[in-house]
Parts: sequence; structure tokens; C-alpha cells
Amino acid sequence: MHSESALTELQQAEPGSSLWRDAWQRLRQNKLAVFGLCLLTLFIVIALLTPWIAPYDYASQNLDLGASPPSAAHWLGTDVFGRDLLTQIMYGGRVSLAVGFIATSVALLIGVTWGAIAGFVGGRVDAVMMRMVDILYALPFMIFIVLLMVVFGRNLLLLFLAIGAVEWLTMARIMRGQVQTLRQQEFVEAAVSIGLSPGTIIRRHLVPNALGPIIVYTTLTIPSVMLLEAFLSFLGLGIQPPQTSWGLLISYGAETMEEYPWLLLFPGLALTLTLFSLNFLGDGLRDALDVRSARD
Amino acid sequence: MWRFVGIRLLQAIPVILAVITVTFFLVRVAPGGPFDGEKAVVPEVKAALEAQYRLDLPLWQQYTAYLGDLAQGDLGPSFKYPGRSVNELIASGLPITAELGFYALLIAVLIGGLAGVIASLKPNTAQDYIPMSAAMIGICMPSFLLGPILLLVFGIYLEWLPVSGWGDLPGDKILPAITLGSTYAAYVARLSRAGMLEVLSQDYIRTARAKGLPEWQVVVRHALRGGMMPVVAFLGPAFAGVLSGSFVVETIFGIPGLGRFYVQAAFNRDYTMILGTTVFLSTLIVLFNLLSDILAAWMNPRLRQQFSKG
Amino acid sequence: MFTLLLLACGAGESNVERGNREGVLHFGNGAEPQGLDPHVVTGVPENKIVRALFEGLAVKNPYTLEPEPGVAQSWEISDDGLTVTFHLNPEARWSNGDPVTAGDYVWSWRRALHPTMGNQNAYMLYPVNNAEAFATGKLEDFSKVGVKALDERTLQVTLKAPTPYFIQLMDHYSTFAVHRPTIERFGAATDRFTPWTRVENIVGNGPFVLKEWKLNRRIRVEKSTTYWDRDNVKLNGVVYYPTENTSTEERMFRVGQLHYTQTVPLDKMPVYRERGDSRYVNSPYLGTYYYLLNTGVAPLNDRRVRWALSLAADRQKLMDSVMYGVNVPAYSITPPNTLGYYPPKLIDHDVERARQLLAEAGFPNGEGWPGVDLVYNTHEAHRKIAVALQQMWKDALNIEVTLSNQEWKVYLNSVDNMDFQIARRGWIGDYVDANSFLDMFVCDGGNNSTGFCDAKYDEMILREAPRAKSREERYRIFHEAETRLMEQMPIIPIYTYTSNHLVHPSVKGLPPNLMDSLNLKYVWLDASAEAGP
Repeated sequence: MHSESALTELQQAEPGSSLWRDAWQRLRQNKLAVFGLCLLTLFIVIALLTPWIAPYDYASQNLDLGASPPSAAHWLGTDVFGRDLLTQIMYGGRVSLAVGFIATSVALLIGVTWGAIAGFVGGRVDAVMMRMVDILYALPFMIFIVLLMVVFGRNLLLLFLAIGAVEWLTMARIMRGQVQTLRQQEFVEAAVSIGLSPGTIIRRHLVPNALGPIIVYTTLTIPSVMLLEAFLSFLGLGIQPPQTSWGLLISYGAETMEEYPWLLLFPGLALTLTLFSLNFLGDGLRDALDVRSARD
Repeated sequence: MWRFVGIRLLQAIPVILAVITVTFFLVRVAPGGPFDGEKAVVPEVKAALEAQYRLDLPLWQQYTAYLGDLAQGDLGPSFKYPGRSVNELIASGLPITAELGFYALLIAVLIGGLAGVIASLKPNTAQDYIPMSAAMIGICMPSFLLGPILLLVFGIYLEWLPVSGWGDLPGDKILPAITLGSTYAAYVARLSRAGMLEVLSQDYIRTARAKGLPEWQVVVRHALRGGMMPVVAFLGPAFAGVLSGSFVVETIFGIPGLGRFYVQAAFNRDYTMILGTTVFLSTLIVLFNLLSDILAAWMNPRLRQQFSKG
Repeated sequence: MFTLLLLACGAGESNVERGNREGVLHFGNGAEPQGLDPHVVTGVPENKIVRALFEGLAVKNPYTLEPEPGVAQSWEISDDGLTVTFHLNPEARWSNGDPVTAGDYVWSWRRALHPTMGNQNAYMLYPVNNAEAFATGKLEDFSKVGVKALDERTLQVTLKAPTPYFIQLMDHYSTFAVHRPTIERFGAATDRFTPWTRVENIVGNGPFVLKEWKLNRRIRVEKSTTYWDRDNVKLNGVVYYPTENTSTEERMFRVGQLHYTQTVPLDKMPVYRERGDSRYVNSPYLGTYYYLLNTGVAPLNDRRVRWALSLAADRQKLMDSVMYGVNVPAYSITPPNTLGYYPPKLIDHDVERARQLLAEAGFPNGEGWPGVDLVYNTHEAHRKIAVALQQMWKDALNIEVTLSNQEWKVYLNSVDNMDFQIARRGWIGDYVDANSFLDMFVCDGGNNSTGFCDAKYDEMILREAPRAKSREERYRIFHEAETRLMEQMPIIPIYTYTSNHLVHPSVKGLPPNLMDSLNLKYVWLDASAEAGP
């Protein structure tokens, strides 16, 4: 969703250019990126269809069976409650993918805007904005979460917001650094001199040119967000049993990695595959959208 | 340059004051108090305890009294560990966590930076994919997973390294530093690759190449500075993050560091300890962010000019 | 790198091997103690260390749990059960050589009970006449409190009512004597913040003395040279480790860094048990795990609903599956065989009756069920039990119970404010007596937390039972009272605790017991018993 909006920006930036098509062409030639895109799409489709295609009911237990290794009946084995692990992973994916994408988008939106404005305007505004980031960095995160929970009760939307509210800080710092560098470059100075408004300059020139590190940082943020979700769920914010997520499945699995390794292996694999796909796609996008190489 | 540093240091004062104020009131609003336990405390006893910690005063008086003590460098007595001051607790944990964090970031920058630079030189080839996939695994692998796995392999099955402690048994610092460093190494690898790619496509690099300089000279003398920019921006907060975020690693390896105090203080509602660690960490965050900004300026020639002018 | 690794593994001798050679026990203690002042600390990790550095008037025999001489050589109890006279051992010494006197006890109990001290365990001394009034500030004159030094060696205690378990309490650290000159050297008697318990300052009267205290790292104690019974102390020292993370503790044990662990990670228990490993020790523990039911809110204000929930829980299956058979199903609040007392058993797993009761309460087959929320603090075992019960209730009664895990202090706050419908709870007896469980549920009991209130019950627990002439009569009253309690079902008992430890074969004289009580005097290390890993 983020990359799409960036693409639109670029189209506006250079109207009539075939950049969008060129980028898509380049992306298609990058086999790994295409692989990443396909796998990611597959995971999202599975997540959407889970309630209809999951092999078992995700809450129903078989205490007599308990934890069992992969078998014909349960392809990925069962957990200590005798619940089908494949089903758990499918349902967990819904939560994790949603948290990952939504919270990261929130972080991206706030962080990029904040960092771009601070970096571009500079001076007092920059100082105030970045010192606010410093303050937020320093507040004890856990107390903040506990309070959020008390004030707003427990719900998923809040979880996304809480995570997004934490993750945007680094994003803002990175964006600001990029913008500061870009500001001095000729094309930005030219844009300023012809009297384009700051908003336009940020949107058309700064954000697209800072995309590289931003895309990379985004692909790094998604996994850490997915794991953060598990921590917040332990604190009581977020999802409650019998609902589950990849982050929770992995942390439960880590406890019993010697006794029931499959409980760690398969959820871990799901997360790893998602991250690899994201990573390949992110790199591909970055290369495909590289404005400078596009000018070659 | 010095003026810039001076201004930033001045700015730090309201930042830290704001952090103290917000935290002070935040922890008081949080449900549960320091004396709540599994067994109910008799009301009279609770009142006596509160009096011993000045909690019976009006909140604003507690706040001004705290600021007064703080001005004299006194962070107050801990609630969780009666008889110990917060100063003492921080002093006992800080050197350990700082050392751990230093090793971890050293590993991160050396290994991650190297991997990132190597990968950036031949993008989209095996030379790129292999180090980057390793980095990806590093990111996927949270400390609570990597730590126990390393411990099982090197501590229990191979019996090469101790399974817990810090400076008690030879080699007990190796696994924690690797565990904590790996996540950061992965980030550094990704960020430095991206930064390098960005720089390597710049005109001045092309000029350098056109002049016929050997590739390694182009990389080391021209590209590295700019290419490591995002890493530098990342390192400042990362070091502060290591100090507060080493909790998991410290718990897994039984390390008596600051990270455990920081997190447990919040769990225990140890008001003075939460405030003390927060004040301390916020000071560090401000300083390290400043440091990374200075470094960034130094590495960016144009910004540097601006500094020397201003 | 590899030379480094090789160097590391060349270090050879493990803690356990060295400990066996030196006679030093390496002890996993669960957590860093809050402190070592007997009148300040609360909790199990503190208890283990404080009881090495200090000794009570009477101590528990680790095999029988019967009281045996500590600082007091002997004691007698008057016929009416109201006066206890302790005769102090003339050899009892503080670690600086001063004799331990009856006056030390009077001064120490004044400190332990003093209103400004904020001693959370002051209630341990409440059986003493007027102690409660003094502790709560209603009485200012300590001389009216029932403790007197008749002479240097004789301490006379007057009780407000006969208290059969009073001698047991003398082994609790809140009743210990502390060394007055040491405390006064560092500040006021009731100041919590003085450094008198630091290594260089502390003076105790226990079998061991403090030698090293490295925060969050280890606490090392050595055999005392002044302790009256030093000839019977076999260990030369103990090193306590703050093993907060149970997985870390288990790994430390596996590589020989510990002789003894505080607990065993739940998922590791079946592994150790299947191995038939003598290192794993599992034994009954004086505690009950149960759910609180808030009897003030619908639908739990209906006794039939409470019964239905309790009847529908298949405790045996729960224990056999997710708890790996580690604990024992519980059907009432008091653990069975608490010093010969057996609680009534009113319930069993009975789905038919549960469905019928729920229907009578207006929810036939779960229809119209408003939903109930179950609160527990974040912990792996609590989650497992809650998730399994949630599904049992769903299967048996077709009702929805939602789960809320809460961070520890938030959870305590919810329970404290009765801001819950069902909440997890555990209770460990302070002393081996049913009273320690049953007096929770009197009307204004601080740990009642259910809204259960029955005047007749209070009468029986607070007045009839203490006056009982014999143990049989007392237990009969307890049984009747507990039956009244369970008829109302303000709680759902789930299991009786067990203590679980990993103990190295070389450790001797450390038997499991109901209180999980450790008497270091009895412990020794037998290096020859060391088996291969």
C-alpha cells in the first residue's frame, strides 16, 4: 500500500513519463522480487480464506492427544492442547499479517511525514520536532502500554496504533537524515528557486528520492512489529487466547524447542518465508524505482 | 560546530525535564502500586510504607521533592529493594550492560557493515543474496529464540561455553554478545547495503570511477562515508536501545545488567527505579542522538560546510 | 575464536564438582532477594537466605516439620494454651559473639510490629496478646503487648487465644530477633533504608554468615563460627543464585552450575520423569490453585451457576494433559492431609448435574448466557489451564468464557478492586494448619476477594475453632465450616500444588516436605554419590 502511493507520487512527479511502466518492467525482470510478490500474495490469500479452508476448528482441543509430531491427520502436528498446528498458523497469519502491514503503515505515514517536514523546514521547527522524538524515545514503553490498556480497554485497533506509535520514531530520524542530504542537491534547490510549495517539494522530490532506505527500513520494521505484537499480548494488550498469532506461536514454541521442535519450526518458517518475500520484494522495488538509474 | 553542540545540549534540558514530568505522572496513573502483592497488605501497614516513601504527601509535593533530590543527584530509595538506592542499582548494572552493548554493536557494525558493503558491490548476484539472506535470518531470529538455540548447541550439547553469568566463568561473554549483536548486525547489513547502493550511483562516484581509480579505493575513500550514513543515524538510538533493550538477553543468560532493572522496575511499579532508569536513559538517548547527528554531519561534506560556517 | 572456545571448555571443573570438594552447596534461589532484613522482606527467595543467617526460637525438622529447638532450648505451654514460656539456649550467640537474650526478642518484636516499620508480615505475631492493636496504632504502650523477658534467658509470651500453630510461627522470619546495636548504629530501629544488612555490617544468629552479596549475581554465605549448634552444621557454605528464568536455571543445572533448582520448567517435567531420573523431585506442597468467583455480579451471583462451572471442570483430565500429571486435582480449598486434616469433597466431575444446574439457573444448554470473563496474570501454566477450561466449559455447557491475561500488577489491581468475574488465584499456607486457608474467607478477610460472607462461618473460624479442646474437635469444626464454604462455591478449586526441584545426587539431607522448607543444618554433600550425567 505504501509502495503504491509512492508510485502514484512518482507518476505525478513526472507526468507523461513511462516511469510506472518502466518500473514494473524492471520489477518483473527481477526473478526474486517476483517470487517474493507471489509468495506474499499467496500468504495473504490464504489468510483471507482461512475461515473456509482451514482443516480444523482453531479452538477445539483434543487433550488426550496432546502435542504430537506431524502426521497424516495433522500435517504440521498438534500443540499441547491437541489443536492442529496448521490451523493455528493459518489463523495466526491473519493477525500477524494484519498487524505487520497496518502498524507499519501507520509508522511509515507518521515517520516519513514527520521526518520530511523536520528535515526540509529545518531550524527551530526541526529542533522542536526532533526533540519531541527524543522525548518519546525515552518514555518507559511498558508503562505507556499498560496505561493504554487501562484507558482504552483491549482491542486490536489499539494494538496497531500502539505499535505504530512506537515504531515511527526511528523512521522519522532516518527520513530526516535523508532529506537533509537531499535538500542541498541541485534539483531540490532548483525546485525551491522556481517557487514550488514545500509540500509539493516534499511529495514530489524528497520522498521519492529517499525511498531506498525507507523501503529497506520498512521491510525491517514489519518483522519486528510482528514480534512486538507477541510481547504486547503478554502484557494484556492485543489478542487473547484462544486467538493466536505467529509471534505468540513462536514464543510458545521457543519454550519447548527441545521437547516439541515442530511447534517452533513451522511458525518460525512461516514468519521467515514472509520476511524473505518482503525483503526480496522491497529490494526489487527499490531498484526498480531508483530515479537515478531510471535516468540512465 | 561547537555552537551547534552547545545549542543541542541546551535543548536537552527541556527534553529531559519533559521526560521526567511525563514519566512521573504516568507511573502514578498506572494501575497497581509498588506494595501490591499476592497477599493483601493490611491498610495500616500500607499507610506506614507509603509514609516511609513520602507517598502520603500531595502528588505535586512529591514531584517537587523528587526534582529537588534529583538536582542533588539523588534518585531516591528503591521500592523493590529497600535499603538500596536507585543510584546504587544503576551503578551496579550499567557497566555490565554498557560492556555487553559495546560488544554487541561492535559485532553488528563489523559483521553487518562488511556484509552490507560486499553485497552492495554486486547487487542482485550471489555476492548480494548470500550475505543478505543471512542478515534476514538474523532479523527473523529474535533474541529469545537465538539465545536458547546458541545455549543448547554451544553450552549444553558441545559444552564449549558457560550457560549463564557475566565475567564469572571464562568465555561467558561470548554468547550474549553474539545474541544481542546479531539482530543489530542484520539491521546494519541491510541499512549499509541500501546506503552504499544509493551512494554508488551518485555522480561523484562515477567521476571517481571515470578517473580510473581502483574499485576498492572508490569504495573506501569515496563511497563508504556517504554509504554508512543511514547506519550512523541508526547507531545513536541503537546504543540507547541496547541499554534498555538488553532485558531479554540478560534474562536468558543470567546477566546482572541494567536492562533487567529497567524492565522489572516497570513490572514492580518501583516508582523511583522507573524514574531513575528513565532519567538516566533519556540523558543517554539525547547524548547519543546528538553524537550520531554530529557524526552524520561530519560524514556529509555539505552539511559539514554548513557547520563550520555556522 | 576457536582457541578462545577451547580455553573456555578447558576450565573443566564445574560448580557442582568444586562444591562437592569444598562442601559448598550451589543453590538456585529463584530471584534476587529484596533485602535481608527479616522485618522488611517478604517472599520465598528472601526466606531461604534469611533463615541461613538468622535462627528463630524454634526451627522445623525438615523430615517431620515438627518444631525442634532453635534459639530456645525448650518451651512450655500453659494448660489453658494462653502462655508460652521459651527457655533460651545459653550458647546462642550473635555472629559478633554477643549472647542472644530474651530482651533481644522483646526489642525485635517491638520493631517487627511497630506501626511505622511497615512490616508486611507483622500479622504473623497477631496471635500475641495486643500485638494487633500495637501494630495498627491503636495501642501505643508496647509493655501491654504479651511478650516479656522474665530474665536473660526466659521469654514469656501471652496469647490472645489458644493458637496450636504458634510454635511453628517461630520459624517464620518476621518473628526472628535482630541485633539491636547493629541496627541502631545505622539509624532508627524502624528505618527501612539503612545499610545494616550489607556484608560488612550484618550481624545474625544463624548457622551461616554473609560473605558476599553481588546484586543479581550471587550471595555467598559461610558456616558460622559462633552458632550454638555449629558442630552439626555440615556444609562449609552456600552460594545462592538469583535464577529468575526457570529455563536458564534448568540449563545451569544441566551443566553442573547448580546443585539444586528452585523449580522445573513445566514442559521439562515429563522429560525428567520419563527418564526415571532421581534428580527430579516432585512432592506435595501446602498450596491450592483455584479460581475466585465474584459472587456479587451476574450470572455468578447465582449459586447454581457457580456449581455448574465447578462441576463441569474435568480436573483430572486437566492435570493429566496440560499439567503433565505434575499436580493433584483439588476439590476444596485446604490441601488434603494438612497435619492430619482432610477437607470435605462436595464435588466431582459431573457434566450432567452441571447442565441441569445451569438450566435451572435459566441458561438451558447455554441459551441466554451473558458471557463471562476470566482474568489471569501472564504465565504459561495459567494460560494453559485457562485455555483448557475455557474449552471444557464450551463443550460441556455450551457457554462462552473469554480470557484476559493481565500484567501482574494490573491483575492484582483487578482482584483487589473486585473488578473481575472469574480470576485465577493461588494460596500457599503460612503454616501447616487448615486455619491458614480457612481464615481467608471470613467476611472482611483481606484475601477473601469473592464477596463470600457468612456470619456462622466467621463464628466457627474465629471463635469456636480456637477454643476447641482437642485436635479432633478443632478439625471437626474446620470440616463443618469448610463444608459451608464449599456449598456456596465462591471459588473453583483446581489443583493442590506440588514442589518441583532438580537436585544433584550428591546432595543429602534435603528431603521434600509439605512446606518446601529447607533446614540447611541437615544438608551435606556426598561427592561419592555423584552419578554420571
